Amino acid sequence: MFKFELRPTPSKTMRAATPVLAVIATMIAGAILFSLLGKNPFEAIRVIFIDPLFDPFSRSELLVKASPLILIAIGLSLGFRAGIWNIGAEGQFIIGAITGGAMGLAFYGTSGVWLLPLMALAGALGGFLWAMIPAILRIKFNANEILVSLMLVYVATLLLSALVSGPLRDPDGFNFPESRTFHDSATLPILMAGTRVHAGVLISLFAVVVGYVLLERHVFGFHVKLTGSAPKAANFAGVKQNAMIAACLGISGALAGLAGMFEASGPVGQLVPSLPVGYGFTAIIVAFLGRLHPIGILAAGFVMALTYIGGETAQFSLGLPAAAISVFQGMLLFFLLAFDILVNYRIAPKRRVDATLKSAEEAS
Amino acid sequence: MDFSSLSPIALIFSIMIAATPLLFAAIGELVVEKSGVLNLGVEGMMIFGAIAGFATAVETGSPVMGIVGGAVGGALISMIFAVLTQYFLTNQVATGLGLTMFGLGIAALIGQPYSGIKPPSFPAFEITFLTEKAIKLDPMIPVSILLVAAVAFFLNKTRAGLVLRAVGENHDAAHSLGYNVTTIRLLAIGFGGACAGVGGAYLSLIRVPQWTEGMTAGAGWIALAIVVFSSWRPWWAVVGAYLFGGITILQLNLQALNIPIQSQYMAMTPYIVTIIVLVIISADKLKASLNAPASLGRVFHKSG
Repeated sequence: MFKFELRPTPSKTMRAATPVLAVIATMIAGAILFSLLGKNPFEAIRVIFIDPLFDPFSRSELLVKASPLILIAIGLSLGFRAGIWNIGAEGQFIIGAITGGAMGLAFYGTSGVWLLPLMALAGALGGFLWAMIPAILRIKFNANEILVSLMLVYVATLLLSALVSGPLRDPDGFNFPESRTFHDSATLPILMAGTRVHAGVLISLFAVVVGYVLLERHVFGFHVKLTGSAPKAANFAGVKQNAMIAACLGISGALAGLAGMFEASGPVGQLVPSLPVGYGFTAIIVAFLGRLHPIGILAAGFVMALTYIGGETAQFSLGLPAAAISVFQGMLLFFLLAFDILVNYRIAPKRRVDATLKSAEEAS
Repeated sequence: MDFSSLSPIALIFSIMIAATPLLFAAIGELVVEKSGVLNLGVEGMMIFGAIAGFATAVETGSPVMGIVGGAVGGALISMIFAVLTQYFLTNQVATGLGLTMFGLGIAALIGQPYSGIKPPSFPAFEITFLTEKAIKLDPMIPVSILLVAAVAFFLNKTRAGLVLRAVGENHDAAHSLGYNVTTIRLLAIGFGGACAGVGGAYLSLIRVPQWTEGMTAGAGWIALAIVVFSSWRPWWAVVGAYLFGGITILQLNLQALNIPIQSQYMAMTPYIVTIIVLVIISADKLKASLNAPASLGRVFHKSG
């Protein structure tokens, strides 16, 4: 038999290798699952993971879908590093879409280059304020931010549905629960003709750079890591716990809100109840798959975007339900977490007790 | 407003029916948390139990087997979480989230051929207590209360319950006393999974009764909030579950009364009340920290 033995220092090789191992293991497990369900496993894997890479439109869609995932995950990674769990990014995304979109609708028909920045600001502010609810309740009343932020996802979903069938409904829309489609000045410019790649993609890439600088080159990033790995030491170092909670939730909320506004004024083009497609939840996996590191998140965002596009194709070509994709996402997270043990522990054969003690002495 | 259409007895029974799935899930999670493990996958285990129970009931034609199927399904899927957190020492928050996503997905996948089917109806006691019309009381409601009594007795009056609580308070001390922390936690997680599964099966077989994708709609998360509300005391979980059941039924009835408020705002109330209740319960930091199992969510590695 074997057992896990604590490594003296975490393995850098394993840190880089485990996400790749996890993706491979997910494909294998997914293939087994599909064959159990009576679907051709090779076809399913090909449709979900390979085909989108060879179709030009799908390749451009990769950018469209990776953009919100990366933007949200960059924000979430800060909190996850500090041990602050914002699980409600989906809600902040929806609120950002509402506030950003409502700003666009308020100036319906008005043209001007100032409108999009204003909408982006409104979206980010909306997401920020929505994230401040769990932050303040955690700081003032010690309420669990996981549960509060998650409950607010349901509230936000219902709010979107209420608004588009109420005050924000298209007056000429025959009572359909949807807003007007945004006019040109409230629609994000397209970067590549014939695709849906919008200017928000650039902001997401910019966020990766800012995230990198903040996390790796700025004292804030150091404080975040310190809070996560040694809360007491962080306290002695003068890190304000409450400020850290507010900062982590606030930044991730603002970025999720911004992503929501981009989604509304980019690919979707109006406010509809079907606007949120789970980016806020998938971004949690993106953050972990990217090892909570901005560069890793950039790569992970594209991997997860691939499963989104492949999943959509699989819906009509293989008749898989939309939720099949969350099976993949869940499994990916499982494998990722499971392989993580190899970073801090090594597999050692079980030996007699005295031999183990001896090796422990040598190590120390 | 016209409230005369609401019979108080019928209202109480509908509250009980709304509360029972929450109670099953919450009492299971309470035991899990008492052993020092935080399983955020309740929503995933519930929905998996819902489809496992539904499919079993449809295939065997027996609703009772359906409940058993829900329990087995919930326990099985919880083992993913158990193995990952106990043997692979993964982060419990992240693993629980993964379990919820996985459960929602796999349930939708399995449930695809089952949507739109009517399950075999559950045997019910006919009760004509204080009402003209007979009210159907399904046996799972008393079962849920008996389960709470059993859990309360187990945790507070038995040796095994004491060991489970010891593991939850200080796993290193329990380990050095010779108790097998990992095995005890595995059993607790399995029990929690089975309870969540029964809660899910109750939804798909009795409360709704039908299978629809994502039908739990946050019930698993509300169950987690109920555990916090109860301060880890079994009987208070009953209070919590009935409180949330009451709010759900109240807002549904208000929606039916044609009040000039959009139905979506009414539907928000259970979630908003959950937040308010969490705030009230958590505000007393000292009390909250006294009741919470001290090792909750911490990873245990048996070194040496």
